[in-house]
Amino acid sequence: MKTMNIIYREKDIPNIREYDVYVANGGYDALKKALGQKPTEVIDTVKASNLRGRGGAGFPTGVKWSFIPQSEPIKYVVVNCDESETGTFKDRQIIENNPHQLIEGALIAAYAIQATAVYIYLRGEFWDQAFDLDARIEEARKGGMVGKNIAGSGYNCEVYTHVGAGAYICGEESALLESLEGKLGQPRVRPPFPANKGGGLYGEPTVINNVETLANVPWIITNGPDAFKKIGTEQSAGTKIFCVSGNVEKPANYEVPMGTTIRELLFDLAGGISGGRQIKALLPSGGSGPIIRINGNDDPILDTPCTYEDIAAKTGSILGSASFIVIDETVDITWVASKVTKFFKHESCGKCTPCREGTYWLDKTLDRIMRGEAKESDVDLIANVARNMQGVTLCALGDFAANPIIHTIKNFPEDFKSHIGAAKTPAAPKTAAAAGD
Amino acid sequence: MLAEKYAARIDQIFSKYPTKRSAVMPLLHLAQEEFGYVNEEAIQQVAVLCDMDPTQVQSIAGFYTMYSERPKGKYWLQVCTDLACALRGADKFHKELKEHLGVEEGGTTEDGLFTVEHVMCLAACDKAPMLQCNFHFEENLDMDKMKARIEAWRAEAAAEKSGAKKASAKTKA
Ligand SMILES: Cc1cc2nc3c(=O)[nH]c(=O)nc-3n(C[C@H](O)[C@H](O)[C@H](O)COP(=O)(O)O)c2cc1C
Ligand code: SF4
Ligand code: FES
Repeated sequence: MKTMNIIYREKDIPNIREYDVYVANGGYDALKKALGQKPTEVIDTVKASNLRGRGGAGFPTGVKWSFIPQSEPIKYVVVNCDESETGTFKDRQIIENNPHQLIEGALIAAYAIQATAVYIYLRGEFWDQAFDLDARIEEARKGGMVGKNIAGSGYNCEVYTHVGAGAYICGEESALLESLEGKLGQPRVRPPFPANKGGGLYGEPTVINNVETLANVPWIITNGPDAFKKIGTEQSAGTKIFCVSGNVEKPANYEVPMGTTIRELLFDLAGGISGGRQIKALLPSGGSGPIIRINGNDDPILDTPCTYEDIAAKTGSILGSASFIVIDETVDITWVASKVTKFFKHESCGKCTPCREGTYWLDKTLDRIMRGEAKESDVDLIANVARNMQGVTLCALGDFAANPIIHTIKNFPEDFKSHIGAAKTPAAPKTAAAAGD
Repeated sequence: MLAEKYAARIDQIFSKYPTKRSAVMPLLHLAQEEFGYVNEEAIQQVAVLCDMDPTQVQSIAGFYTMYSERPKGKYWLQVCTDLACALRGADKFHKELKEHLGVEEGGTTEDGLFTVEHVMCLAACDKAPMLQCNFHFEENLDMDKMKARIEAWRAEAAAEKSGAKKASAKTKA
């Protein structure tokens, strides 16, 4: 099983993070090529490539760009580098090791929609990375790739970084825009959508894309949409970066063609389950997607290809951001539910009652279950609370918070039952993994 | 005053945005750097700079967790104890770190050097246990490594202190 580095090119070319090295290896040629085409041609190429958004929702990127009304004079591209989903650490590696490919991809997107500026929104904790990215942008400016008259084409576009200050909700695109405008990071009521006049940054039509999504774009422009579609499957074209964490021997980011199986990822690349133990569960989309039950290392579900369509059809979960949190046989899934719930309770922006109150009650009740003070009916109660949070909130965080409860209870009822009437159950599981050996 | 001391940096921040209000977050970061935390003074000055009401600036400072409304230790240690890290021993590491420094969750050591608290995922799950010290990543930790880091920070703080004493002695002389 091999990795394929369209994005993590530093694995093949060390120091590609430097402008000169990037340029010496074909860097910014795609931007120059795009600048020689009509903006609509660039959009058509990206559409034809079947590139889908890597931020979680998998929305077709070219289609998203085509929603922008070309007639508006001011438009923006906003890069989502908030990267705060539990178990997600792929975009950080891109901005640290191959930053120019992101800058180039963002500029191609900007040219395609005729944007006047690009804003890269980084989570506040990427403080050092943001300073470094500023330096990279300046390198590109010196090379004539950022600012006025890019590569002599007559097209002008600025690239700016903006640093957040610790709020997962700012990864949600409309909250991100609010935050960038200097307001509380709370989601907006839609419509209008970001692509529409009145709905984007400063009210102007705006494309928001994830870092990984945009980092794919230069390759697509250079090699053409057909070459991109040859990698992966029809519905899931290209490579995908999988953030593999938790109970594996070699947690890391692995960039592989879509369609690589879960087994290949976890066993061939990530070195197998820690300590030679058996796998029990997988969260394929960080804390926010449904948990998959896996009955040990021989379970055929491990042969599921990692594509949007296969993960959905064969596991009942989602590929999402492909943040694979691996959980071994020693871990109590009730504890997992509790951990994830604490995250969403902490990160709820508080705007909608079902999300704000729901996460509070889920957390409180899970704590009681963990302490062995709950009745069996409390498990039904939290399942109900979670179901009542679904589909009724302003943004998807409400659903994200409901998911872990509904699916952990459904897939691991025995783990919850083990706490009922067991007054001596310790608050934290005494598992090898969770206890830290 | 921030406006005088950091005039060039503030101009550069404002130059990024079409509205003054968008500068509120970077300016709060700057103010926190200057004052050590976001105090009343910081709120007032940022409000004037951004043409905002101080209560609006206050609510922004309260919403985002990286702005601290209370002084922290010189070394603000934020340990990730979120799921992916916890599966690799982060809870145990967090507990041992607190014990080693003799602080409760969120507390600061008596010498004012270290504050320890736990935080959610920091996008470093493959390098657990990990923490951020004043927003710089410290990764692939264990208690042995951590004890060495703590000693280094103590030495750094002591050196700064004696350096400062010498400097002030010089100015007096
Ligand atoms: C609560 C919440 C958090 C999100 N966090 C992120 C994030 O950190 N990074 C990201 O790229 N997308 C995140 N998204 C998805 C964005 O809203 C948006 O769909 C995405 O940035 C679009 O880019 P793409 O089309 O390239 O995937 C989040 C969504 C929700 C509801
Ligand atoms: S669902 Fe939760 S996070 Fe989203 S807007 Fe409502 S309260 Fe805020
Ligand atoms: S869970 Fe700790 S850095 Fe992601």
